Amino acid sequence: MNENSMARVALEVNDLTVAYEDKPVLWDIDLHVPAGVLMAIVGPNGAGKSTLIKAILGLKKPVAGTVRVFGRRVQEQRKLIGYVPQRSSVDWDFPTSVGDAVLMGAYGQMGWIRRPRPLHRQKTMDSLEKVGMADLADRQISELSGGQQQRVFLARALIQSADIYFMDEPFQGVDATTEKAIVEVLRNLQAEGKTVVVVHHDLQTVREYFDWLTLLNLRKIASGPMTLTLTEINLHQAYGTPVVGNGLPAQ
Amino acid sequence: MSALEFEILLIALVVGVTCALPGCFLVLRRMSMLTDAISHTVLLGIVMAFLIVSQYDHPLLMLGAAGVGLLTVVLIELLIRTRLVKEDAAIGITFPALFSLGVLLISLLARDAHLDEHTVFQGDLVYAVFERFRIGEWALGPLALWKLTGILILNATLIVVFFKELKISTFDPDLALALGFPPVLLHYGLVALTSVTAVGAFDAVGSILVLGFMIVPPVTASLLTDSLSRMIWLSLGISVLGAAAGFWIATMVDASIGGAMTLAMAGVFGVVLLAAPQKGLVAATLRQRHQKLTFAIRMLSIHLFQHLDTGPEGEENRVDHLQMHLAWPVPFANRILRMAQDQGLVEIRDGTWVHLTEQGKMLARSSLTA
Amino acid sequence: MDWSLPAWSDYTVRNVVLGTAWIGIVSGSLGCLALLRRQSLLGDVVSHATLPGVVLAFLLWQTREMGVLMMGAAVAGLAATLFIVLIDGHARIRRDGAMGTALALFFGTGVFLLSMTKNMPTAQKAGLSKFIFGQAAALVASDVQVLLWTGLPLLLILVTLWKEFKLVAFDPDFAINVGLPVKGLELLITGLMVTTIVMGLQAVGVILMSALLIAPAAAARQWTHRIGHMVPIAAGIGAISSVAGAAVSTLGPHIPTGPVIVLCLSGVTVFSLLLGRERGLIWRWFKTRHSQSLMQEEGVLDTLQTLWIQHGRTRHGHSLEVIQLARPGRGNLRSVLERLQAAGLVQTEMDGTWSLTDEGAMIQSETLGSRSK
Repeated sequence: MNENSMARVALEVNDLTVAYEDKPVLWDIDLHVPAGVLMAIVGPNGAGKSTLIKAILGLKKPVAGTVRVFGRRVQEQRKLIGYVPQRSSVDWDFPTSVGDAVLMGAYGQMGWIRRPRPLHRQKTMDSLEKVGMADLADRQISELSGGQQQRVFLARALIQSADIYFMDEPFQGVDATTEKAIVEVLRNLQAEGKTVVVVHHDLQTVREYFDWLTLLNLRKIASGPMTLTLTEINLHQAYGTPVVGNGLPAQ
Repeated sequence: MSALEFEILLIALVVGVTCALPGCFLVLRRMSMLTDAISHTVLLGIVMAFLIVSQYDHPLLMLGAAGVGLLTVVLIELLIRTRLVKEDAAIGITFPALFSLGVLLISLLARDAHLDEHTVFQGDLVYAVFERFRIGEWALGPLALWKLTGILILNATLIVVFFKELKISTFDPDLALALGFPPVLLHYGLVALTSVTAVGAFDAVGSILVLGFMIVPPVTASLLTDSLSRMIWLSLGISVLGAAAGFWIATMVDASIGGAMTLAMAGVFGVVLLAAPQKGLVAATLRQRHQKLTFAIRMLSIHLFQHLDTGPEGEENRVDHLQMHLAWPVPFANRILRMAQDQGLVEIRDGTWVHLTEQGKMLARSSLTA
Repeated sequence: MDWSLPAWSDYTVRNVVLGTAWIGIVSGSLGCLALLRRQSLLGDVVSHATLPGVVLAFLLWQTREMGVLMMGAAVAGLAATLFIVLIDGHARIRRDGAMGTALALFFGTGVFLLSMTKNMPTAQKAGLSKFIFGQAAALVASDVQVLLWTGLPLLLILVTLWKEFKLVAFDPDFAINVGLPVKGLELLITGLMVTTIVMGLQAVGVILMSALLIAPAAAARQWTHRIGHMVPIAAGIGAISSVAGAAVSTLGPHIPTGPVIVLCLSGVTVFSLLLGRERGLIWRWFKTRHSQSLMQEEGVLDTLQTLWIQHGRTRHGHSLEVIQLARPGRGNLRSVLERLQAAGLVQTEMDGTWSLTDEGAMIQSETLGSRSK
């Protein structure tokens, strides 16, 4: 992380409060995420991790608070934002091919009415290449394994050529190959100076994969560089259980 | 009111009550659209049985209808299991096929019978009265009334006897299985009962209006209570009200009795939807407004609590910054501040600084750990 | 009965064929969106719910002008959709309950209004019942024109906003993220669906219209994995079934058009479910059977190889009972052995027992599937 990117704030969340009906799921979240970091959002089940991403992206209307991406409202910055939703959020029996599903990520750049051009097809192949699925471009999406589905979503986000990426549980239930592929993509994105925000559930790998951490449990427990935030006290606060030596809460 | 009119009203009331009984379970088990499908397809059962016995009032018609009702549901479930189509499409392609077959058979083979598009559509209560139930020399009132009362007794008996089983298998199928009541058996039993009821009500209100008598009273009742037994009683009441009011409307303007009864139930539903004490739209709106305020007060205390460490004079705690940070409009923010002050949660010092009291801190802490 | 095909030049026939084919094309195409967005039942509710609109328009304007009736139908259809949106999820009313309520109340109101027309002249009412029960055979030139001008914009919008609709149907959250106005697009899709339903009423009537919307799409889905191919296939199925149904219904005086069209469609759908390319149930059945027998063969071969090793890798016959006890899985053992024998992997000994051939002893059981027989 160089001085220059440190200076830019990629994501700024102020006093974000989100509720489902009258049940609050996030209280008063403040976040300041510098550009160029790989940030994990970690917390116990039901801590509101996915809700936080959805609220940031405007998919879930907050009760209060503001979100700024690179200094502006999310609605104005859609072209700078890439999104990897949870795999289970769509019907994988939808009649479309891998290539076509990835191409959907470029619809924002194409504009209304316009059809995909060869340039977009090329980008599709490039993105699939990056996740190691170039040879499956013509495969029907219902024939994919869970890990492959995840990589399709990842490729679809990569084709957005965004500056900041939000990924909702990309490591959930994937095979080792996919996990490795995702990590490599994350590293490459960071090398290109992109910012990545990932909802993550595995405390064992969080230190290895990410350099920035937000601990969440209804409210923000801590947010900052990994070394400063991944402490036993913080984990204890987030998980509410005594923490064992290796940094894992006893379950 | 003439004797004939009285009989018509009586039949209407019995139809309403007979349909509402299984309807409560159908609605709770999310089978409303499956009921729609069944109410269409029983026609095929009636026609086929009619073609066999050439008689319009024959027990076989009931059996035929129950059979086709079951067939409908089994076909839909098989289709879903192939995973070639989703549940909604499975229903949406199965029942039109069976219904079409029924209509086609009527048109081709049973045109002279009292089974035409008109009856399918809206039934004919007036006609139903003319068929009398006779034993030897004695005429014992309209046959339809006897038939429907029989079905009513069947429905009531089965629901009373199997109330516990139905209740458990509706709310917790796994528990039902563990306790030894097979939910599948109850499921198909309910389907069969629904089909038989639909046939019984067919004369009176036609195939498709049956749906209204099965679904609308229970849905309306569910807006008034959470308890199953109260819901059943209320839906019985609502269907009696709907049937009586509908009958009255129909006589006033000389219109289809079945249609008028649905119209009356629409009225009841509309009133309940708006004015139900807890769940009505009005009550819900008022409650939401109240919740929004109490929620905002909690939010304020949490916001202040989170920023305690920035010192009581941190910029977050200035009155004007509150408005900005919480993205509240100024009048709303002022209102919330005033309310929080009244409840002793915050104090405003020098007119600029908001300070969280001990009571406020307690509220914030309890909200965060909930 | 005259079985010869009526000449194309016949004015009436041409109108009926053109009208029903067009209705089939439009509803087949738009139905794909409804199917993929899981709105089949909403289509059913809307088509039933158009009834009060049609009758009310008829009562208010005393006309059987098609445009007016269609307008009434569309308003009622949209109102029912709004009604569902309003009460769905409110106070624990489930979506299906909301839809059932909407269907019943709108349709019942329609029946009520319909019975108010009974004192009106029959000639007037004929136009009305054409709408309610669907009488494609009664389509005249002016009707076809109205249909053409209603359907054309629908297809144009579908083609123009194709990729946006596709994304909204597949992943609405992601669509918001790439900056599409998803709420607006969803509203537009609903509007298109209601208009399509209103158009189709004249072919099949209010009760069966949802089938014309959903069945072609469901059938087409079985033949392709590409949404781009699904739409033209569904349009074709819709057109052919509608024309066929209308044609059949002209064969006798009492054959209703709507049900016949729906039965044609159902036939195509069943055929597609059974024989559809790749997904067809019959192919699936064959595939399952093949892989089951392959697994049985692998199991028996493995067992024999284990026994062969236990017997010091020498040729040794084993009785059926021994193999049966040792092998995994079920199925007729003798027929499995006979299949292996035909493949040259096992042989029978003089005493009726079974042993491995040299090839059978050497082969890897996992490679059985790739061996050509």
